[in-house]
Amino acid sequence: MIEFLVDPVQFGVMQRAFLVTIVASAVCALLSCWLVLIGWSLMGDAVSHAVVPGVVLAYLAGAPFALGAFAFGCAAVWLIGTVRQTSRVKEDAAIGVVFTTLFAFGLVLISVTPSEVDFNHILFGNVLGVSDTDLAQVLVLGLLTAATLVLKSRDLTLYAFDAGHAHAIGISPRRLQLLLLALLALTVVVALQAVGVILVVAMVITPGATAYLLTARMERMLLLAPSSAIGCAIVGLYYSYYADVSSGGAVVLAQGLLFFAVYLLAPRGLAGLRRLRPRRTVRP
Amino acid sequence: MKRDDDAAAADGPGVHLRRAGTGAGQAPPGGRTGADERIGADAETKPDVVVELSGVSVSYGDVVALDGVSLQLGAGRICALIGMNGSGKSTLFKTVMGLLRPHDGVVRLFGADPARSRRAGEVAYVPQAENVDWDFPLRVRDVVTMGRYGRMSPLRRARAADRIAVDDALDQADLAGLADRQIGELSGGQRRRVFLARGIAQGARLLLLDEPFSGVDKRSEATMSELLRRRADDGCAVLVATHDLDAVPDLADEAILLHRRVLMHTTPDEALRPENLALAFHGGEARA
Ligand SMILES: Nc1ncnc2c1ncn2[C@@H]1O[C@H](COP(=O)(O)OP(=O)(O)OP(=O)(O)O)[C@@H](O)[C@H]1O
Ligand SMILES: [Mg+2]
Repeated sequence: MIEFLVDPVQFGVMQRAFLVTIVASAVCALLSCWLVLIGWSLMGDAVSHAVVPGVVLAYLAGAPFALGAFAFGCAAVWLIGTVRQTSRVKEDAAIGVVFTTLFAFGLVLISVTPSEVDFNHILFGNVLGVSDTDLAQVLVLGLLTAATLVLKSRDLTLYAFDAGHAHAIGISPRRLQLLLLALLALTVVVALQAVGVILVVAMVITPGATAYLLTARMERMLLLAPSSAIGCAIVGLYYSYYADVSSGGAVVLAQGLLFFAVYLLAPRGLAGLRRLRPRRTVRP
Repeated sequence: MKRDDDAAAADGPGVHLRRAGTGAGQAPPGGRTGADERIGADAETKPDVVVELSGVSVSYGDVVALDGVSLQLGAGRICALIGMNGSGKSTLFKTVMGLLRPHDGVVRLFGADPARSRRAGEVAYVPQAENVDWDFPLRVRDVVTMGRYGRMSPLRRARAADRIAVDDALDQADLAGLADRQIGELSGGQRRRVFLARGIAQGARLLLLDEPFSGVDKRSEATMSELLRRRADDGCAVLVATHDLDAVPDLADEAILLHRRVLMHTTPDEALRPENLALAFHGGEARA
């Protein structure tokens, strides 16, 4: 048994994989609590896809991929806001148009760059190829993001619950919104290497949705989401090591299975038949 | 800090009540002496004028919702805002709150820029059809505590004074026994009182309530009216939009009839005279 547990983490490569995935899962899970409550899941989807051209361009320019990804994440958020405010297009349509366009631009960029950029690594992550720089980036950005989320947690909850009241007491909802969106972009950057663009969206939704089914207290949600996500990361990585399956896939699958187990059994889920307001927690 | 807490607990609820009211340290300039002065009778700003609108016009695109509204509301007064659906009541509240920008005219709160009053926590607003997510994982106490956020450090950690103010506000709103319930586990009337309690905990000197009595039974309405009266006696200015005309004379000190403009700013009895109501509800759309 001990051998079973220790075996994978003897290799430097696997140690890094564990570290990167656990940090990414925890940060994503923390953020997911607010995204799920505000109903911003689609925004998570958008930002994660929109960073692709940024990653490719950063690679071509020899800059850190985090820089390009963050820039494009922010650009996507800005573009979505602008399109929505300056036209009659509704928010979900604005999100849909912007992120698919940027994602498509990323795909085109990949195909015109001679095979140097690995398409699969961007889309599905490359947790076994974490370099020293990557590791440092993930750790620094991850800790920065998590610390900001924790320090600002009450303000973010205020914004999510009642932005009008924030305004009434002189706390700018606009600034909190921008902060949350910037943190979303950073979170996506942190998780990119661990699970890739396609599955990041699951990591910034599922743990929050699971925790939401388990408790009616925000503080507990903020503990349950990251701890369940870390558990899923560990289980997923062991499974991926022994069964030789995609690590990002295994981690997200673990999160999804946990969600459905909770959904079926928790008093706030199907078992309680408690009315829950429909939310855009799952991409249609 | 600890001693503070114990001393206050020993003083009993009466002291708590006063604490929440004045603990904010935001007594209106000029005190309450002018509470009986006729408001709106002359245009000069008096020291205890809390809300002052002069020539305020607000439009949504082509729709003019407020057209040259001028009014004054004094400290210690409860003013009922009466008008038919679409007469601009909610628009007026949003304009006072700075959520809508008038294209003409000036809004002043406590004789100064409204943004300053908001930062000082002097204004509380209970919106109409609150777009509240009642499934949000917050307890009644958590929501009421949010009223104190403007007074807390950036981390929003509640100190003893905050907890005292919150407990007191819960008491006043008759929610003490429900403080640990998730907000969705309340009746309609109780839900409204949560937001009122938040404004009280905030120590606001101006309460703006947009139809707080809709869907609320008579008993809950009476509880809320008493509560508003206590706040007014403490020096708060209260503006309440309501369709419950019968209750206005008991509730309010003065009344405004609104129909895009201020038709009349007078005593409740005067405002409720049939010929005056006819002016405000000339479509006959009043829902009593
Ligand atoms: N967001 C909006 N866009 C366009 N017009 C609006 C908007 N909100 C309100 N209006 C219009 O402005 C006018 C005033 O609306 P307001 O909501 O202030 O009325 P009200 O007095 O609060 O009505 P009610 O008693 O139904 O709450 C109405 O004619 C309404 O149609
Ligand atoms: Mg209204």
